[in-house]
Amino acid sequence: MTENITKRHTLIAWMEDKPGVLNRVAGLFGRRNFNIESLAVGHSETPGISRMTFVARGTDRDMRQVRTQLDKLINVTRIEDVTYNDPVMRELALIKVQATSEERAEVMQLVDIFRAQIVDVTLDSLIIQIVGKENQVNSLIELLSNFGIIEMVRTGRVAMVRGAASQTGVVDTAVPVNGNGHH
Amino acid sequence: MSEMKTGGQIIWESLIAEGVEVVFGLPGGAILPAYDDLAKYEYPIHHVLVTHEQGAAHMADGYARSTGRVGVCIATSGPGATNLVTGLATAYMDSTPIVAITGQVPTSLLGRDGFQEADIQGVTLPVTKHNYLITNIRDLPDALKEAFYIARTGRPGPVLVDVCKDALQASMPFTYPSKVNLPGYNPNLNTPDGTAVARAARLVNEAQRPVIVAGQGVSIARAEAELRQLAEKANIPVATSLLGIGAFPATHPLSISWGGMHGEAYCNYALQECDVLLAVGARLDDRLTGAFDTFAPKAKIIHVDIDPAEMGKNITIDTAVIGDALLALRALLPQVEANEHPAWLEQIAEWKSETSYRDILQQESDELVAPYVMRSLWHATGEGNGRATVVTDVGQHQMWEAQYYHHNRRRSLLTSGGLGTMGYALPAAIGAQMGNPDQEIWVVAGDGGFQMTMMELSTVVQERLPIKIAIINNGYLGMVRQWQDVFYNKRHSGTPLFNPDFVKIAEAYGIRGRSVTRREEAYDAIKEAQAHDGPYLLDFQVEEFTNVYPMVAPGKSNADMIRRPAPAMGSGK
Repeated sequence: MTENITKRHTLIAWMEDKPGVLNRVAGLFGRRNFNIESLAVGHSETPGISRMTFVARGTDRDMRQVRTQLDKLINVTRIEDVTYNDPVMRELALIKVQATSEERAEVMQLVDIFRAQIVDVTLDSLIIQIVGKENQVNSLIELLSNFGIIEMVRTGRVAMVRGAASQTGVVDTAVPVNGNGHH
Repeated sequence: MSEMKTGGQIIWESLIAEGVEVVFGLPGGAILPAYDDLAKYEYPIHHVLVTHEQGAAHMADGYARSTGRVGVCIATSGPGATNLVTGLATAYMDSTPIVAITGQVPTSLLGRDGFQEADIQGVTLPVTKHNYLITNIRDLPDALKEAFYIARTGRPGPVLVDVCKDALQASMPFTYPSKVNLPGYNPNLNTPDGTAVARAARLVNEAQRPVIVAGQGVSIARAEAELRQLAEKANIPVATSLLGIGAFPATHPLSISWGGMHGEAYCNYALQECDVLLAVGARLDDRLTGAFDTFAPKAKIIHVDIDPAEMGKNITIDTAVIGDALLALRALLPQVEANEHPAWLEQIAEWKSETSYRDILQQESDELVAPYVMRSLWHATGEGNGRATVVTDVGQHQMWEAQYYHHNRRRSLLTSGGLGTMGYALPAAIGAQMGNPDQEIWVVAGDGGFQMTMMELSTVVQERLPIKIAIINNGYLGMVRQWQDVFYNKRHSGTPLFNPDFVKIAEAYGIRGRSVTRREEAYDAIKEAQAHDGPYLLDFQVEEFTNVYPMVAPGKSNADMIRRPAPAMGSGK
């Protein structure tokens, strides 16, 4: 049974772009003791709706809790666990490496192999940009650490499900309501 | 054409549009514009001035639980708002619909640590269903509309609207919105999924030893009649959670009382031995289940709840039925077959008679023990069928009330179950009496908890409420003392109380009272309080060291209850 196996899950949440919404999500992760490994958030294709990809560790049942609890946040419009949908998953990293002129060629060779890019050069350092799957990013970082990594930043995983079917967080739910005690 | 209204006017007119008749609050700098508008325009809303804002939140809670309507409390910024927090957290844990309105410093001072500034939106994030910070009057009408809608629909809960002072003072053309647009909010108002209902019905029909666990969700949905029909049709014994008390008549032949840490032993046996457990509107918290993986070990578990996040949160379940308890029970009723379960009911009856044999009232001496007070109160108030509502505090007395006062009427017990908030009883009772002027409202509180909010006696007098108060005074933080007795080698660290003379406290407020020290006086004292036209306080000075049994140690299985001692030979009455 996959039900009880702890693994990394990729989830996508759509939320209204309102003040404090990140605070709500982050606060929920903390107080429900959810194990979140990375989180990336930005605009979606719909104005006013932000899209967050996050990676959480746990069982399928844990993920049901993550989904249903997040879904209870009023500003979260939709949430999906795409782990089993074989989504396209990418991460971007900027890595500042110590490299003297003698070492530079060796670093550039690695950059080529990983189809990364050099986006800044100084006499004794380089900034390398890589976009790829996390394990590719990890491998490059490991190799570059031999030269001395000065600083590094990773965006965390972003994901999108393949195929033409669009996933949006837009739901229209205008409901007429009246009076205390009635729906 | 919409008329120009101030933010303060918009608040009161929105409340009126929602049918609000009473609010509980205490003014201060940031909320003053709204208070001024209340007086200036003479809005037909009764404002109950509280002594402390915690009381305002509990009053709104008691009002909401007892009426099924949204309770409203109001406070100023900073300490006014933070004083509400315990009440909001209490309401959140017990799914009570409240709208809390707080003033906030003017937007020009926001974030500058202004006088009486507190980020109450941030503070209440984990204890509200939703909350708002209004910095511009244009957002106020929608926020109020949404606040009421969110508070009362789906799984109810508290919503806080924090309004900056300049937004209260500003004006805009105002009509109350007729719609809410909440794309991220699904209150699950539809009939539950048919496949899930059919599967649930099949499990119930195949069961040899079924049990229903009814929670507060049954009362919130007003589904008591449907629950009873279902239980009677298939002869299924019904247990309740603590908050579910009153959802099924306690003296009904199919009632098996309530289960969990201090639930009746025969109920816990039934929960442990059942083969199908149908939980309706109960969230199956640790106080009911004991150690999660030991709960109802032989049962297929069907969980009916409006909140999908409750499914499998604590307990592994077999079938999830997501929806309102009323709609779910209506869907289940025709599919559940008539049944008898004679062997199972006989087994439970056997456990029950063994439990009764250990009843504390069968074995104690002539001393005034708290269970005797509860039973006397039950006799004096129509044996669970009268118009009395009991509002308890938290601790030993709360458990004894639940054990010895058999509630037959819906919503006749109000108690803080989830958060376990001492100090809840008196203010919640005030809210309940405000919402139900014809009911007989009884506060049952310990001597510790009562002192946490007893300053609201001034509110009782101010509003001329005929609330009756029974203090179960054993000179200890009794339940904490009990844990020390059982788990900490009887070291009574920080639990003996130095109490005031409660009767004199009452008298200082102009409230009549008397102390009761002997068993023979108890019933008459209660009748005397009932006969008095106005509030009345009874200080029951009970035997100090009685503890609550059965008791399931935290983290243990309900099967490992510490039972009431069996009576010694010849000591029965």
